[in-house]
Amino acid sequence: MAREVDRQVVALEVNGERAELLLPVHKTLLEVLREDMQLTGTKHGCELGECGTCTVLVDGKPELSCLLLPVQLEGRSITTIEGMASGSQLHPLQQAFVELGAAQCGYCTPGILLAAKSLLESDGHPTRDAIREALAGNLCRCTGYSKILDAIELAADRIKSSSPPAGEVARSAGGGATSA
Amino acid sequence: MNASTNGFSVIGKPLPKPDAVSKVTGRAIYADDMLPPRTLHCRILRSPHPHARIVSIDTSAARRMPGVRAVITGADLPIKFGILPVTQDERALEHEKVRYVGDPIAAVAAVDEEIAAAACDAISVEYVVLEPVMSIDEALAEPKDERIQDYGGPNNIHKLVALEFGDVDGGFARADHVREDLFFFQGNTHLPMEQHSAVATFVDGRVTLWSSTQVVHYVHRALAKVLELPMNRIRVIGATHGGGFGGKTDPFAHEIIVCKLAMLTGRPVKCTLTREEVFYAHRGRHPVLMWVRTGVTKEGLITAMHFRTALDGGAYGSYGVASTFYTGALQTVTYDIPAYRFEGCRVFTNKPPCGPKRGHGTPQPRFAMELHLEKIAHDIGIDPVDLKQRNFVKPMTRTVNWLRVTSCGLDECTERVMNASKYRQREKRRGHGMGFAISSYMSGAGTAIYWNDMPHSEVQIKVDRGGVTAYCGAMDIGQGSDSVLAAIVAEELGIQAADVRLVTADTDTTPIDLGSYSSRVTFMAGNAAIQAARKMRGMLVEAAAAKMGSAADAVAVGAGRIGEFSFEEASILAEARFGTLTSAGSYTPPKIAGPYKGSGVGPSPAYSFSACVVDLDADPRTGLIRLNKVWIAHDVGRAINPLLVEGQVEGGVYMGLGEALMEEQAFRKGLHKWPSMLEYKSPTFLDMPEVETFIVETVDPEGPYGAKEAGQGPLLPVPPAVSAAVFDALGVWVDEVPVTPEKIVEALRRKEKGEPARFGPSRFPAIPYPACIKVEPPPKELDRAAPASI
Repeated sequence: MAREVDRQVVALEVNGERAELLLPVHKTLLEVLREDMQLTGTKHGCELGECGTCTVLVDGKPELSCLLLPVQLEGRSITTIEGMASGSQLHPLQQAFVELGAAQCGYCTPGILLAAKSLLESDGHPTRDAIREALAGNLCRCTGYSKILDAIELAADRIKSSSPPAGEVARSAGGGATSA
Repeated sequence: MNASTNGFSVIGKPLPKPDAVSKVTGRAIYADDMLPPRTLHCRILRSPHPHARIVSIDTSAARRMPGVRAVITGADLPIKFGILPVTQDERALEHEKVRYVGDPIAAVAAVDEEIAAAACDAISVEYVVLEPVMSIDEALAEPKDERIQDYGGPNNIHKLVALEFGDVDGGFARADHVREDLFFFQGNTHLPMEQHSAVATFVDGRVTLWSSTQVVHYVHRALAKVLELPMNRIRVIGATHGGGFGGKTDPFAHEIIVCKLAMLTGRPVKCTLTREEVFYAHRGRHPVLMWVRTGVTKEGLITAMHFRTALDGGAYGSYGVASTFYTGALQTVTYDIPAYRFEGCRVFTNKPPCGPKRGHGTPQPRFAMELHLEKIAHDIGIDPVDLKQRNFVKPMTRTVNWLRVTSCGLDECTERVMNASKYRQREKRRGHGMGFAISSYMSGAGTAIYWNDMPHSEVQIKVDRGGVTAYCGAMDIGQGSDSVLAAIVAEELGIQAADVRLVTADTDTTPIDLGSYSSRVTFMAGNAAIQAARKMRGMLVEAAAAKMGSAADAVAVGAGRIGEFSFEEASILAEARFGTLTSAGSYTPPKIAGPYKGSGVGPSPAYSFSACVVDLDADPRTGLIRLNKVWIAHDVGRAINPLLVEGQVEGGVYMGLGEALMEEQAFRKGLHKWPSMLEYKSPTFLDMPEVETFIVETVDPEGPYGAKEAGQGPLLPVPPAVSAAVFDALGVWVDEVPVTPEKIVEALRRKEKGEPARFGPSRFPAIPYPACIKVEPPPKELDRAAPASI
């Protein structure tokens, strides 16, 4: 029983790097990132768009990679957790998550970090309730969310008050909306 | 944060986790992130029926499919296994009978997952469908077709327990007030963010398994048994772990299956469960129906308690025998109960097996007992907090069921949350309420799952030209056990935690630790680490002292120095003097179980204690609850890392709120009602209130630096505190978890009609409990000089 699978060459820009891939058209971005591009930092919890774990940024906005098809994404800029730090320099959000213990098992962490990055780029000093609203689609079972909220607030403070070098790290690390 | 760092350089500091950077950068490798070259993908065919006999399995069409490399059935893996020695009742693949929707029947290894799934669809199974048993009542009745399991009984009863400590009838006779209540705690599941995943290879005659398990050792044992290989031919490695909460504490079918398929195909084989499969794999919170009767004096002092439980166990044993005992074991650890009778019963039903979830068997009776005491307090006109406090256990005592309580911070925990929440000054208005509850949990079980006299945890340390590596079988599931090991070794050797390399959870390279369950790792691996590190420190100090020409006790250790030398210089001196620098430490819990059958469940080298206040608004029209704030104080003995202790406490509160308000593992005709993360409601960022955490340090006499557990205990007081707050707000009792809006509205409706103002179970079934084993209570005071002695 041979299967007929449509395949297509797709050019994707992920973390500022362009790749051409021959893909079955039904393969999700989540699967392509993890299986074809070895970007296993993007995790999965349901593959039905319910848990937020597989969140990536598309043109700087959080999207669920389990519900996206790469064939839709040509010409779009995709950021995964692997593209969040600038080399070995952590993004202020990553640094705050490390310092405040906001990652326990760490499995939901990549998706939450990216959703938070997108939030801070549109609202540099969100209220705690605004953070809750922005991240309501990302489930975490370990932390009770408290340390995550604390870490995002700390990162927002640091980004806002940082001297230009750290600020540049924050802006250039993403490869999202601002990356060329 | 209010932990102490007195006299310590590492202990008590809020240090980041050793793997924090790899987790925030996406570089931590979880089991499903692994894809060794030539990996085959495995899918499992599962039963669509809750209860059926298998007549035949035809895999021929699946075997012929291109891309399929192997198909196996129960005939390939016939040996039964199970986590408890007394209930070896599971097969990796069942070829005779299925007992729940989701029971594994056949497995396929193929070049990709889609082919494997298509091949599963091509397997035809002929069943004789049997009448399913779906409730405790049905399980107690004569089966319509046949029993689910061929052991236990009568009917579908799995386990019956009946124990009596002290003069219970006499206690009730001298009571001024006696009250009976019924409660129900619905089952719920762990819902780890990471789906279970396992990858196996078979190279040079040896099986290697990477798995998202909490217990590499128990998986190792099950593999050896079912695969019929000596343990030295099997290596189990715990991959970075994406959340357990007890749900990855059994050996699972898919772990055995990938090993077998790797052996047959000679290629790596991976199996990652779908989210739906995770719901059916389960092993979560047992639904428990409870009846409790308590006598008190007019001052509110407990004279006797009689507690009955009925657990809906699902289709297999899992940890169920232990779970059954746990529904009766720890009531006595918070309240001084001078006479106590416990009757427990677990039944088999055609649902996914229940097992251990955070708090294992104790959140259910905790919910019942806390609310029951609230009601007694209302009956006799005493403030509920006062009544509870009057009955608190005292440190350095033994309970009526022979549990040894050493350090106990109940009073301080209560004081902390009372003061911070201003509970006693709370605003009394309809729709606003505050609830208070306390709890206790074990710092590791005092007995192993299989009977043996060996240590429960072992640590080795290697020092090599200044580099320090600690080896331990403990599995970090996100709770921070690696942090604890690094902090302790660093503290003892006078270096920084970040200087300690860790090798953990690998049955080939690390000495044993029994795993991340029963809140045992900090206490047990921590004590083993102290012992190993002190031996290493002794060698370093001796070598430095010899070179300095001074006495060993004149050599100061700390800040990266051993006497006059840097740590690296001292390690070179010591290696020259002693050869290879290794040391080992181990921990065996004291033998403190009481002298009766069943006494192995409940004893722990130390108990944590928690107190909690929940503040909420409850809408009398809709029953909707809005959580305002939670205050929680936790007696952790000593916080080795206060940041991680807070994280455990806050996570426990969160999970307790989910259980209290929404989480529910419910079934319709054997099918899970909502096996998805959208429909199985769990709290989101928007549902979580602010949590104020107080760390209470009682410095336990036997804990590492005085530390006790933090991972499970803080969940326990939350559900009863929520229900008590609803009563405070609206004057109705919801004696059932979850406390949902419709139950609140129904209770209010009953109240308006003049019926009892409650929602909850109305009857406890007739259960053929055996005659109680009568046990004489121990002397109450503990010998302070030798607390380990019985």
